[in-house]
Amino acid sequence: MRKVGIVGVGQSAFVRTYPGSIRELVFESYREAMQDAGIVGKDIDATVVCSAPEYDKQRSPAGVIAEYLGLNPQPTFYAETLCSSSSTGLRLAYSLVASGLHDVVMVMGFQIMSQLTSVESQERMGRGADIQWESPFGTMMPAYYAMHAKAHMAKFGTTPEDLALIRVKAATYGQLNPLAVYRKPVALEQIMDPTSFLGAPVATPLRGGDCCANADGSSCLIVASEEKARAFSKKPVWIKGVGAASAPVNMAGRDKLYGLAAAEEAARQAYKMAGITAANINVAEVHDCFTIAEMMAYENLGFAKPGEGKDLIRSKETYKEGRIPVNVDGGLLSKGHPIGATGGSQVRTIVLQLRGEAGDIQVKDPVFGLVHNIGGVGLYGNVTVFGVE
Amino acid sequence: MAKNELDTRFSEFGTVSFASVTRVNDFIGYLRDGKLAGTRCAKCAKTFFPPRAQCCECFSEDMRWFEVSGEGGLVSYSTLQYAPTGFTDEVPYTIALVDYGDYKVFGRIDGSVPMEDLSVGMKLKAAPSKTPNGQLTYVFQRA
Repeated sequence: MRKVGIVGVGQSAFVRTYPGSIRELVFESYREAMQDAGIVGKDIDATVVCSAPEYDKQRSPAGVIAEYLGLNPQPTFYAETLCSSSSTGLRLAYSLVASGLHDVVMVMGFQIMSQLTSVESQERMGRGADIQWESPFGTMMPAYYAMHAKAHMAKFGTTPEDLALIRVKAATYGQLNPLAVYRKPVALEQIMDPTSFLGAPVATPLRGGDCCANADGSSCLIVASEEKARAFSKKPVWIKGVGAASAPVNMAGRDKLYGLAAAEEAARQAYKMAGITAANINVAEVHDCFTIAEMMAYENLGFAKPGEGKDLIRSKETYKEGRIPVNVDGGLLSKGHPIGATGGSQVRTIVLQLRGEAGDIQVKDPVFGLVHNIGGVGLYGNVTVFGVE
Repeated sequence: MAKNELDTRFSEFGTVSFASVTRVNDFIGYLRDGKLAGTRCAKCAKTFFPPRAQCCECFSEDMRWFEVSGEGGLVSYSTLQYAPTGFTDEVPYTIALVDYGDYKVFGRIDGSVPMEDLSVGMKLKAAPSKTPNGQLTYVFQRA
């Protein structure tokens, strides 16, 4: 297969309510990515459009978006794996370019969630799980992840304070991210205080501060063949390994709840393809929709042994100066989580890091970066490894 | 049942049911009779809970119903203080996963079990029940 690079990245501001339509929202990240790549619409051979359905009224958004961005008559299609939709889009773009079918593919991830109330949104998200056998009990994403948190605590002695430390780290960097929804500092005491907003129980043992916020946003990636990447970009970032896996949707089908099997399998594939191990990763973006999700990611990606994720955060090894910096852009906990846009935003952060263009959050001379993006409650696992030459 | 009439019994399951027509609608028949039931493949003996009409291992559609009985161990649980549309009147409530060995069962813990008494690994048993709005369901009770 051909070598594949990323030559352009873009992200809209992630906001609670975007004052416009999906086509206007996607334009914002598209323009940034295209200007970053230094190309125009006719240079794009195909587009993959990614979001989770039912948050806005538009069916089959790929056609509407391709038209608005001036990308007819190039082929376009829709990709969906809930919260990891744009990582799936990237996997498809990688395949289209690596195979030689296309040279330049644009991946657009977007979501407008603000047209729904929070409880309506929880109901939509809950229906990303098993609607026949679980949703009738009143399930929602925070509660599923809370079950994973409780299982992790019972097996490994992880504490609510450990989870709160992950939010404190996220807020440390969220303050530095002008595109993030939540840019205020968070003190451990706020999350440990049940009378505060961040400490209020949502689904035990998770509290408000353990959960990311819904958001509106878009992200855009320009994926190119080696020849085109070298022609367009002085600093192409290469896709070194792509991993993807699935797990039973119903909790009853899972062997364990203290980790995500699909993430472990996706990581195994991505490391193998890249010819590296977890120890080679210099900077990572992981899917911290909830604090427990980041804790499990430390272990599922091999940054820590099972049960030792808590030691990583206690010793601040996942801070910018630590052994393995994780989510130094503030993560979903700070940025917000506009479902279809999330994966592309994570990739953008890693591309900027590997180019040395990450500004205040730049990690020192990274060679390999990793993105871990999960759809549903560990239903879809996606791990992608990126590298410089 | 008249010809061309769909069996929609599954709409009776849970506070809000999102499905109605399924080939395992006898699950509802068993619940009405006070039994929680799964299916077992008559050909390869693979056990399914939730029940299935088709076996993904051997492709057989010859499935036999079995009753979920005895006790299982609590794998994990969470008490919701906040709920999705349709369930907001029921908070707080506790969802849980219980391991019976050959299969696991997802559901709610009976409101009569105090939250502070719950712990991972404790023994529970499933019992058919009704939701506050009169729908069919099952709950986990102390074994």
